Amino acid sequence: MRVLIDENKCCGAGQCVLIAPRVFDQRDDGIVILLDQAPPKELHAAVREAACVCPGAAIALEERE
Amino acid sequence: MSCIEVKPMSADLIAPLTMTRTCPHAPPAEHRRLRAEAPVARVKLPNGLTVWAVTAHEHIRTILSDPRFSSNRRDPGFPYLTRERPPSSDLKRMLLELDPPEHGQARRSVLGEFTLQRIRALGPRIQQIVDEHIDAMLAGPRPVDLVQAFSLPVPSLVICELLGVPYADHEFFQTRSATLVNQNAAPEEVGRVVGELMTYLGNLVAAKAQNPTDDLLGRQIARQRESGEVDYQDLVSMAFLLLIAGHETTANMISLTTLVLLQQPDKLAALQRAPAKTLAAVEELLRYFTIAEQALGRVAIADVEIGGVLIRAGEGVLLLANTGNRDPEVFTDADELDLERGSRNHLAFGFGPHQCLGQNLARLELQIVIDTLFRRIPGLRPAVPEDELSFKVDATVYGIREFPVTW
Ligand code: HEM
Ligand code: SF4
Repeated sequence: MRVLIDENKCCGAGQCVLIAPRVFDQRDDGIVILLDQAPPKELHAAVREAACVCPGAAIALEERE
Repeated sequence: MSCIEVKPMSADLIAPLTMTRTCPHAPPAEHRRLRAEAPVARVKLPNGLTVWAVTAHEHIRTILSDPRFSSNRRDPGFPYLTRERPPSSDLKRMLLELDPPEHGQARRSVLGEFTLQRIRALGPRIQQIVDEHIDAMLAGPRPVDLVQAFSLPVPSLVICELLGVPYADHEFFQTRSATLVNQNAAPEEVGRVVGELMTYLGNLVAAKAQNPTDDLLGRQIARQRESGEVDYQDLVSMAFLLLIAGHETTANMISLTTLVLLQQPDKLAALQRAPAKTLAAVEELLRYFTIAEQALGRVAIADVEIGGVLIRAGEGVLLLANTGNRDPEVFTDADELDLERGSRNHLAFGFGPHQCLGQNLARLELQIVIDTLFRRIPGLRPAVPEDELSFKVDATVYGIREFPVTW
C-alpha cells in the first residue's frame, strides 16, 4: 500500500491522526503530515478507515496485491 | 440490499415533511420512509418552503463535499426551518457560512488551535472542570437538573479555557452563555445577552492585544500582527462562533449520553469495565443521536445531478444526517446502539470542508464525562421516566431541556 496526501484538500479536523497516529500527524497549523508512505500491513485497516472518513478526500491509497 | 425493487419517487411529486423529532432513539418514520423510497426527494416544509431532503448516507457525503452546494445562509434559496425567513444581517459572514476560496483561508487561520495535540493539552483542565461540577452536585440537594448543574456549565467553561477567558469572568461568561441557549428566554433578553457577550469579547480581545496571553485569542492576535493589522471584529466573531457552536451541542450530547447509558446499565457496566473503549462508544453515541442535523443545509449554486435526480441552481437542500446515520447500506443493525461498533463513518459532525472544527474537543469532553460521571456518582439515575422528559424536538440542536437526576 502506498499513501498519498493532498495538503490543499486537508481541512484539518484531525480524524486521520486520531485513527492512525503512526501514519498521520498534523503540523502546528493543523495540516496533515504523512509519517509513513508505505505503512506496514498491520496498519492497513486503520489507514483505509482514515482515507474513508477524511472529510476533505485528502488521503489517496494505491493498493497492490 | 433489499429484494423489493423500490421505484424512485418522481421528482415532481412533493411530499410534506416534518422536521420535528419524535423520539430520542430513532429518526421520524417519515424520514426513514424517504430513505427507502426516495433518498433525494422534493419536500414541502411546515413553513411552506419547498426543498430537497436527502436521506441516503452516500448522497449526503457527496453533497457536503461538492463545492457546487453553498453554505451561504444569506442566499435566497438557502433552506431555513424557522417559520419566517431569518432577518437579513450585515454582519461579516462567519466561518460556517463561507464558501471556497474564502472558507479555506478562514478555516486555515484557526485550524492550528484544534490539532489533536492542542486539544489533548486541555484534558487536565477539562477533567478538573468535570470534577468540580460533580463535587458541587454531590454536595447539593437531590434531585438536581443535570442540564443546569452539569451538561451546560462544563462545555461553557471549556470554551472559557480555550479562548483564555480569565477565571474571574467565568461566572459572567457562563450565565450569559446559558441564556443564549435557553429556548424559554425572551428574544429581547437574548438580544441583550448577545450584546453583552460581544462587548465582553471585544474588551477581552483588546486586553489580550495589550497583554499577550498564550491561548487561542492571544495566539490569533500574535498571528494577525505578524501578517499586518489585527482584525478585532474578526476575532470577536470567531470567539462568538466557537461559543455558539461548541456549547449547546456538547451540552446536549452530555445529557443524552447520560440518559441512554442510565437506561442501558449493562452497556454502561461493560464500558466501565473497559475504559479503553470509551472513545469508540463516544463515536457511536454521536451517530445514534446526530443532534446537529438541522445545521446541515446547503443551496445549489449550479445544476447538479445527485442519485439520478437533478437539483437546480438556487434550490435548497436539507441533509437529513440522522436518517443517513441509520443507513443500512453503511451500518449493520443501524438502529442498534452498539457501543463497540467502532465505526467513525458517520455524519454527526457533517462532512466535507466544513466538518466540525471542534470535533476532537467534543470527543475529549464526552470521553472525560463518561469516564468520570458514572464512576463518581455510582447510584446516578433519572428522577423521572423518559416519557416525562421534555426533549428539544424542533430545536436546531436536539437535546433534553431539563433532566432531573438523583442518586
Ligand atoms: C457533540 C458536539 C458537536 C456537534 C454534534 C457538532 C456538529 C457540527 C456540525 C454538524 C458542523 C457542520 C456544519 C455544516 O457543515 O454546515 C459543525 C461545524 C462547526 N463546529 Fe461543531 N459540533 C460539536 C461541537 C463543537 C465544538 C466543541 C466546537 C468548538 C469549540 C465546534 C465548533 C464548530 C465550528 C467552528 C464549525 C464550523 C466549521 C466550518 O464551517 O468550517 N463544534 N459542528
Ligand atoms: S482526516 Fe483528512 S482533512 Fe482531516 S486532517 Fe487528516 S487529511 Fe486532513
